[in-house]
Amino acid sequence: MSGKLLLNRRRLLGLGAASASTLLLAGCDQFDDFVGQGDNSVRGYLEKANDLTYRVQRLLQGPNALAREYTDADIRQGMRPNGSTDPQGDDYLTLKANKFADYKLKITGLVNKELSFSLADLKSMTSRTQITRHDCVEGWSCIAKWTGPQLGPILDQAGIKAEAKYCLYHCYDTMDGGLSGQVPYYETSDLLDAHHPQTILAYGMNGGDLPVANGAPIRVRIERALGYKQPKYVHTIELVSGFAEVGGGKGGYWEDNGYDWYGGI
Amino acid sequence: MASITEGGAAEAEKPAKHKGPLIYRQSIFTRVTHWVWAICLFFLLLSGLNIFDAHPTLYIGQQSSFADLQTGDQHLDNAWLDIGAVNTDNGPRGQTTILGHSFDTTGIGLGVSGDPANPDFRGFPASATIPSYYDLATARVIHFFFAWILVATLLVWLVASVFNRHIAGIPPTPRDLKHLPRDILNHLRLRFEHGRQYNVLQKLAYSAVFFILFPLIILTGITMSPGVNTVAPWLLDVFGGRQTARSIHFLTMSAFVLFFIIHIIMVVLAGPFNELRQMITGRYRAGADVPFDPSKGDKP
Repeated sequence: MSGKLLLNRRRLLGLGAASASTLLLAGCDQFDDFVGQGDNSVRGYLEKANDLTYRVQRLLQGPNALAREYTDADIRQGMRPNGSTDPQGDDYLTLKANKFADYKLKITGLVNKELSFSLADLKSMTSRTQITRHDCVEGWSCIAKWTGPQLGPILDQAGIKAEAKYCLYHCYDTMDGGLSGQVPYYETSDLLDAHHPQTILAYGMNGGDLPVANGAPIRVRIERALGYKQPKYVHTIELVSGFAEVGGGKGGYWEDNGYDWYGGI
Repeated sequence: MASITEGGAAEAEKPAKHKGPLIYRQSIFTRVTHWVWAICLFFLLLSGLNIFDAHPTLYIGQQSSFADLQTGDQHLDNAWLDIGAVNTDNGPRGQTTILGHSFDTTGIGLGVSGDPANPDFRGFPASATIPSYYDLATARVIHFFFAWILVATLLVWLVASVFNRHIAGIPPTPRDLKHLPRDILNHLRLRFEHGRQYNVLQKLAYSAVFFILFPLIILTGITMSPGVNTVAPWLLDVFGGRQTARSIHFLTMSAFVLFFIIHIIMVVLAGPFNELRQMITGRYRAGADVPFDPSKGDKP
């Protein structure tokens, strides 16, 4: 009696194992519907882990923990360009033709006083030079030297209003926006990253002017985050209280395409 | 699959006449965490392979070498593994390069996979990744979710196992190691001990998982985070750079896959019913040589 029962259980286990392996061999597309992008409650739940990562890392980091800085000997190759490498907008082409002499960086939004700086203004400021590792979300890394003024003091000069919570970086380059056609690249950061000592408005790279492929005339370096959080071709930094109304509402071009907003992991 | 199961079952039935006691071998903490890890590692592996597909090349050092996009010059070459595709007279072929040696891996779906008329050019094929299609953003969401669950469950297990002394039974003792040659021979003869404690090969395997593989895969994982690098930059030194950490993360994953395969084979060979019952109810049918001891909660 019990022997029969055992055999049945065993058969059941065998069947279970066989069907589990069939499931595996058939591929893993049975999960696609639950986790894919778009309105999806399972994905929304899984994404909470990213908020946890953000909170835990910010808690451990404090405001001023620095990204590792390397030496000149660690610069072994050019800086690998990625994403936009040659913006074709009329406004950008006009500026580029004149070597960015007419370029203005604007600080706008929730500030006491809106400011505007030419490239010469930015180059005349006290600058910071740092040799850091650029980590792409895809997995590769590249070490380069970046030079430019810190963003924090510039924001202080404009005077950040109390309700401001984020910096919204507007860029000249555009990306594929699916049905919307070409959409402008944009990014956001919290004010901790904006005030971080290594957050600079880089106009120089590896000892020369910042090349067009790497974001000329200004690329914001946010060294505690991945590459997509380091916008190139920046023309306006807008202080905002939220970003739900901007672009796809997720705080950046890549965030609108499913990537995590924090970008520190 | 079915025939192996039956073979294992027949093996387990033999000593039924003089079987040992039904002992309580696995606590609720060990059992629940075991199955949570099984689920986590499944999703971590398959989402991880999708993440790998975003850049199917591994390097040694801090950074990744690449050829200059304009001139094609390459000033640094520190890649040791690359899964890609090459054009041949017979159409595109998957090519995996390990330490400078290239292999055609079209047959196993590495580099080129899917419908030959409309092939996928990616490192690992759709059948090995979650989501099945390439989606780095979604794979990262899944990977980090299950990474948190895995770490939290490991902490629960660690605390519980220190208190219930389960962890003390994992590292092999010097006496265990003396029995190593005998235990290897017994395993080769497919004769397995069913004692109260793990045998020495089990202890070595589980020690490797808990004291080497789990710490290694978690630490190399967070070493890839630029945010963590600002808090614990020493991790970059311990592992020899972010790209080396990525390589070690991949190799540790491979070791986990190897462990999984051996683990399943051993479960099947050692008696899948008894082994599964152990990990579900905690009760394990010990060998006939194990004395019946009601004070330890044994049942006949």
